[in-house]
Amino acid sequence: MGGMAAPQVAPVETPDTEEVPASDRPWVTIVWDDPVNLMSYVTWVLQKLFGYSREKAEKLMLDVHHKGRAVVSSGARERMEHDAAQLHAYGLWATVERS
Amino acid sequence: MSMFRRRGDRYVATLAVDEVRVLRKVASEVVGLLTDGFDHSDPVVGRLFPEVYPDDSAGTAEFRRYTEGDLKTGKIDQAGAILAALPDSAGGEVRLDAEAAEAWLRALNDARLAMGVRLEVKDGTDLGAELDEAVAADPSSSRVFQLSVYAYLGYLQESLLNAMID
Repeated sequence: MGGMAAPQVAPVETPDTEEVPASDRPWVTIVWDDPVNLMSYVTWVLQKLFGYSREKAEKLMLDVHHKGRAVVSSGARERMEHDAAQLHAYGLWATVERS
Repeated sequence: MSMFRRRGDRYVATLAVDEVRVLRKVASEVVGLLTDGFDHSDPVVGRLFPEVYPDDSAGTAEFRRYTEGDLKTGKIDQAGAILAALPDSAGGEVRLDAEAAEAWLRALNDARLAMGVRLEVKDGTDLGAELDEAVAADPSSSRVFQLSVYAYLGYLQESLLNAMID
């Protein structure tokens, strides 16, 4: 981005965003720690499903392992349900909640 | 115990007759669990099909209505990929292409999840110590056998994954 002239945009009255309505908050997919899945397998699944780099997938896997859970994706609710279903197909323990 | 190795574009392991027998048994058990034996109140089914909204049973039921059929079919097919690739009766070589290797990886994981629930494997469970304890109590017990199979499946899964990552 950059190199283009700033577009002419009329100032828009922005609503008070201090309290974002619950319905507008994005959703998250969470992977939970479990005692069976191999660490290397969890890393591999996160790389495969989300296209994450090895470093990012490993960091998430370690968060799951040490903190008990990690947010692995965020966005629209339907998208998160899709992600959770994929993770279930690979045997990861995934849930969806509002962020 | 046998290991998977990469040979060209195939993943190959030479399995002993006992390994073939064990793999056929656990893959068949997973298929049974997902077909005739399917029951949401079974903790193994609960682990393979987790509640996507732990605090919202209606939301979870809705999610299951849309996803569970495909998920179940996928898991049955994965276990079927193990059965399809095993040598007939005696031991022998298993050769997997990339697609079959992924199916095996996922099916081995499902089998381990199922056994882990039954064996009450927890974080920090020391398999070696559990096995020693079970052997001391009764070397011919089912728990000794189950723990050995669980450990074997983990070893096999890891060797396949390592061959795929390399």
